[in-house]
Amino acid sequence: MSKNAQSPRRVIILGALSAVAEACARELAGEGAHLALFARNAERLEEVAADLRLRGAGQVQIFARDLAGEADCEGALREAGAALGGIDAVLVFYGILGDQARALSDWAEARHIIDVNFTSAAHWVLAAARLIEASPSPRAAILVISSVAGDRGRRGNFVYGAAKAGLSVLMQGLAHRFAALPAPRPRAVTIKLGFVDTPMTAAIEKKGPLWAKPEDVAPVILKALDRGPSIVYVPFIWRFIMLAVRLMPGFIFNRINL
Amino acid sequence: MTLTFTRSDQIRSWGRVVHASHLVARPPFRDAIDASLALARENGQAVMPYGAGRSYGDSALNPDGALIDMRGLDRFIAFDAERGIVRVEAGLSLSTLIRFAIPRGLFPATVPGTRHITIGGAIAHDVHGKNHHAAGTFGTHVPRLSLLRSDRGRLAVSAAQEGELHAATIGGMGLTGIIADAEIALAGVPSAYIDCDFVPFGNLAQFFALADESAARFEHTVAWVDCTKTGDALGRGIFQRANWSAEGGYTPHRDQTRFSLPFDAPGFALNSWTLRLFNEAYYAFNRRKAGSRRMHYSAFFFPLDAIGQWNRLYGARGFYQYQCAVPMAVGEPAIRSMLEAIADSGEGSFLAVLKTFGTRPSPGMMSFPRPGVTLALDFRNRGAATLALLARLDEIVAAAGGRLYAAKDGRMPAGLFKAGYPEWPRFAALCDPSLSSSFWRRVMA
Repeated sequence: MSKNAQSPRRVIILGALSAVAEACARELAGEGAHLALFARNAERLEEVAADLRLRGAGQVQIFARDLAGEADCEGALREAGAALGGIDAVLVFYGILGDQARALSDWAEARHIIDVNFTSAAHWVLAAARLIEASPSPRAAILVISSVAGDRGRRGNFVYGAAKAGLSVLMQGLAHRFAALPAPRPRAVTIKLGFVDTPMTAAIEKKGPLWAKPEDVAPVILKALDRGPSIVYVPFIWRFIMLAVRLMPGFIFNRINL
Repeated sequence: MTLTFTRSDQIRSWGRVVHASHLVARPPFRDAIDASLALARENGQAVMPYGAGRSYGDSALNPDGALIDMRGLDRFIAFDAERGIVRVEAGLSLSTLIRFAIPRGLFPATVPGTRHITIGGAIAHDVHGKNHHAAGTFGTHVPRLSLLRSDRGRLAVSAAQEGELHAATIGGMGLTGIIADAEIALAGVPSAYIDCDFVPFGNLAQFFALADESAARFEHTVAWVDCTKTGDALGRGIFQRANWSAEGGYTPHRDQTRFSLPFDAPGFALNSWTLRLFNEAYYAFNRRKAGSRRMHYSAFFFPLDAIGQWNRLYGARGFYQYQCAVPMAVGEPAIRSMLEAIADSGEGSFLAVLKTFGTRPSPGMMSFPRPGVTLALDFRNRGAATLALLARLDEIVAAAGGRLYAAKDGRMPAGLFKAGYPEWPRFAALCDPSLSSSFWRRVMA
């Protein structure tokens, strides 16, 4: 494969313990990538790192950090970049679903959902953007996992949706900015993830045919890192579902329990 | 993230006879298994670990109780290249382990007929393969494992340490504690290919002669038997005997399945006519192609894995597997009586597999393989008629002093289990008090 002909990719993964992040990291390990993993739990990071090394990763560095509470994102990314000998891509995978019902009555919960999913993510994305813009790599890219929940507010999860919508717009603007740069232009990719069966969504009972597995969405996400449009619905069916949801007139939408 | 149990009606075993509701937790890391066990205990529920769902009957089912779905625990932990020992989490699939091993010139010492199983499940049922007479069971090559018990916490278990628990856990049907991870001793292989001889045989006596003659020269032996035949042709079939090929390189299998059955076949799709047709065609096809062939290991060991969800061929009511082992001294007459009983009943089995087991003892006190001969059959679930035939087969197995395989069983009576596994009282004393399955409740009744 042409991918392997190039030197191994150096990738920073924020939120490396999420199921989707781990599935992507395995794909990257399979091509021999060099990885820096960020997440809170040091012990679990060690377990994931050991696995990725045996699956072929060139090297795996771990950084046990509280991503939502990081004061110096740029410093942390520089440290990881130095350990890897450069940065080709930064992947932002972390997020929380939160408790929508509680968020409506308890500002602390609502603020937590917004802080983690938008404010802190924006901090990391803007810091990563500076490094990625300065990176000499021809494959420089930032990729963020957003959600279809950000496409239209609905009663079940609009606090989470609002935070993800903010993140999506931030990434959209970044892609617009990168488009004006001289070639090779870095990429800014927003993944709008549909339903994925992970520990984050384990408490949701009815799992129908729309639910995808992490190992199925990972190759699609990594393909988007290299080429194609800067906003990608994964699995692709969500592009059409969300198109319909967005275009639906309010008087119909408001009668539907989504 | 707090661990939760979620109600699911989707859990099935491979035979798909039982449709039950379970509370399921899926720990993402080994440190969360404790919490799952504790939570189930608080709720007063018996727990069962659940892997790939490839055992056929109810040995991994716990209707209306709790299951710990181990498939989130699928990481490699360590690899000792010098000794060829890899340590993995219990939910890792055999398929992934093989894809790891082959490029390194290694392969599991023995594998069963599907690669879509978890390592934990392979140990819990102490699975066997076509090379049982050479390599013994899967559990023979598990020098050490980590067990999580509700009463004793985390234990390192090997022959030297907690030896009694080690012997109970290998083939222990998941009942001695949750297997969190295990060391697997891999074997060196000269390529990813197998040189296989296909030898047609005309009746049961010829099978035994072939098995006898081949065991010393071939690492892998197995036979397919046409169970629609009676009289002089009773027990005719195709004998396969094989060794690893010296050439071909180390290309692993692909992990995708190209074709999957998208829905249940109608129940009548497998009837006595299609059965006869299939058996005739299969025999004729292989007789014409008799001789030696080089095959990739995936085609040789895992032919059925080429069709995803092949179990749906048996229709919505599912099917029963029946696998017995009987001592060699009474092997031929016992197998003959069983084949006659099947032909009489008109039920028939598409895939009847006959193999001789070797004498290498398993470390597991409840392991199924024993010196002698084993016959594996599958029968579409047609309710009472099918169960009556299986009860008739039970009588033959009991009279021969044989036993049935828990991984395949969904209905064996308690008496047959206890007679076949005389170590059961010693084993029962070693079970984890929080674990249970519907299989276990049935055979202990």
